[in-house]
Amino acid sequence: MTRAWDATSEQLLRELAPQVLGTVARRFRDFVSAEDAVQEAMIAAFLQWPEEGIPENPRGWLIQVASRRMTDHVRSEIARREREAVVAQEAEIVVPTVDIESDMDPDDTLILLFMCCHPALTSSSAIALTLRAVGGLTTAEIANAFLVPEPTMAQRISRAKQSIQESGVPFRLPSPQERAQHLPAVLHVLYLIFNEGYVSSTGAHLQRLDLAREAIRLMRYTKKMIPDSAEVAGLLALMLLTDARRAARSGPSEELIPLDKQDRTLWDRAGISEGVGVLTEALSKGSVGMYQLQAAIAAVHDEAARAEDTDWAQILALYELLKRLSPSPVVTLNHAIAAAMVHGPSKGLELLRALDSDSRFGGHYRLAAVRAHLFEMIGDDKAAIEHYRMAATRTTSIPEQNYLMTQAARLEENPDGSGKNHPRIR
Amino acid sequence: MKYILMMNTMKAGQGIPNWAVNDLQAHIAFMMNLNKDLRSSGELVSAEGLSFPDQARLVRAGKNGVPITDGVFPESKEFLAGFWIVDVDTPERAYAIAARASAAPGPGGAPLNMPIEVRPVMSAPPPEMM
Repeated sequence: MTRAWDATSEQLLRELAPQVLGTVARRFRDFVSAEDAVQEAMIAAFLQWPEEGIPENPRGWLIQVASRRMTDHVRSEIARREREAVVAQEAEIVVPTVDIESDMDPDDTLILLFMCCHPALTSSSAIALTLRAVGGLTTAEIANAFLVPEPTMAQRISRAKQSIQESGVPFRLPSPQERAQHLPAVLHVLYLIFNEGYVSSTGAHLQRLDLAREAIRLMRYTKKMIPDSAEVAGLLALMLLTDARRAARSGPSEELIPLDKQDRTLWDRAGISEGVGVLTEALSKGSVGMYQLQAAIAAVHDEAARAEDTDWAQILALYELLKRLSPSPVVTLNHAIAAAMVHGPSKGLELLRALDSDSRFGGHYRLAAVRAHLFEMIGDDKAAIEHYRMAATRTTSIPEQNYLMTQAARLEENPDGSGKNHPRIR
Repeated sequence: MKYILMMNTMKAGQGIPNWAVNDLQAHIAFMMNLNKDLRSSGELVSAEGLSFPDQARLVRAGKNGVPITDGVFPESKEFLAGFWIVDVDTPERAYAIAARASAAPGPGGAPLNMPIEVRPVMSAPPPEMM
């Protein structure tokens, strides 16, 4: 008995991936090989199910295929060790029997999430491994999303697993203490996946996997599993409130459209109200964190019907909190923009001076870009043009560069338009 | 973040065709090893070696877009000999890879210390939220 493959089937298959991996990894006590075996089972399912229909027990099917791969792997491992004159029993290799329905732990996906986002890994390897082991994506899809060759991505994932193995992370749910300690790393990885999707979701990259949606899916799951954390809810709210503006963020030729110039009727109202709901719930938990504050700022923007209705005083107050709670050059920069909107551009320029002495950020294009906007607001076109051009030569983003060069050219040709542009925030 | 590492030779070919067999083999093995390591670290996007300048042509569009080619370059000119594109976590890592490539062995096994130009590859807009 099978069911036909339809639009929701891929989602189902992806959700099964970490559950299957949990079962197989626990049964064979070998996360590294189990992860490869599950990947092979996933690829087999992607090839067979659309043709032959979804098996009656899809999870059982995947576990069976992955276990068969594991058994083959274990057998060849025994053969290898025997060749090396080691008694197989000494190697403690056990080939368990396949029992489909038992041995399933609802926490498996969460265990995997904490394993794959382990602080021992670099961000790029944690991202790749999380997308494969927890997200159920294929190596090819992940490689395509990051625009690197498939073997390179396969290597990155395999090295990530080696690092996990070497650092001896056990396959079990972290203790409440470990969980609290490692949760920020998990959230950071999910945040980076979202960001990668957010920045690459314009025109030319539309054929790439939708990493922003994937991050939201994983984030929804994380919130379901850790319902008591205000920051988990805060990050989900931030993603929803940011993603809701997606359709308005770029124009027909992929040009960037800054927040104050976006067609707000294109914003996704349902996404905004869901984000506001999640945020309100998070804030009621009482412990304010950086993701909740950023989500609150996004919500203030999202709730303004027109750019000129934006409650900048509230945004400024939120950035002041954020600056105290989790200071960074980018927060200082955004705080200066909010201050400029409330107290005038001179105030913003004054606050930006604090960043000049920052060795890593002092020469950053965004500092020059924000200065350019503030000089334009003041009416100092010459300084504005100079800073737009400085920013354009420093950015490593083509849409950003096009935007900045166009701003400089516009001011050069039409100085009358000065003072009308707001600092750009997306 | 992706970077391109461009390896320039001082002069056309830098005399490589005239090296001793041992030197040549050591150099080739060094480059193969570098690529192998970059592949296994999951950082290599692509690596290409370019032909000697003898094969290079400068092309311009003539009337009606017909290509006009120009060849044979002076031996003193600096040439792009090859490039790597790597996907790494930090610029420092890209510089470290470039330094390793720069020290490829030359005649007598002495490091060549070739200049390697490292530049970020332009990408989609960078993260904005934090």
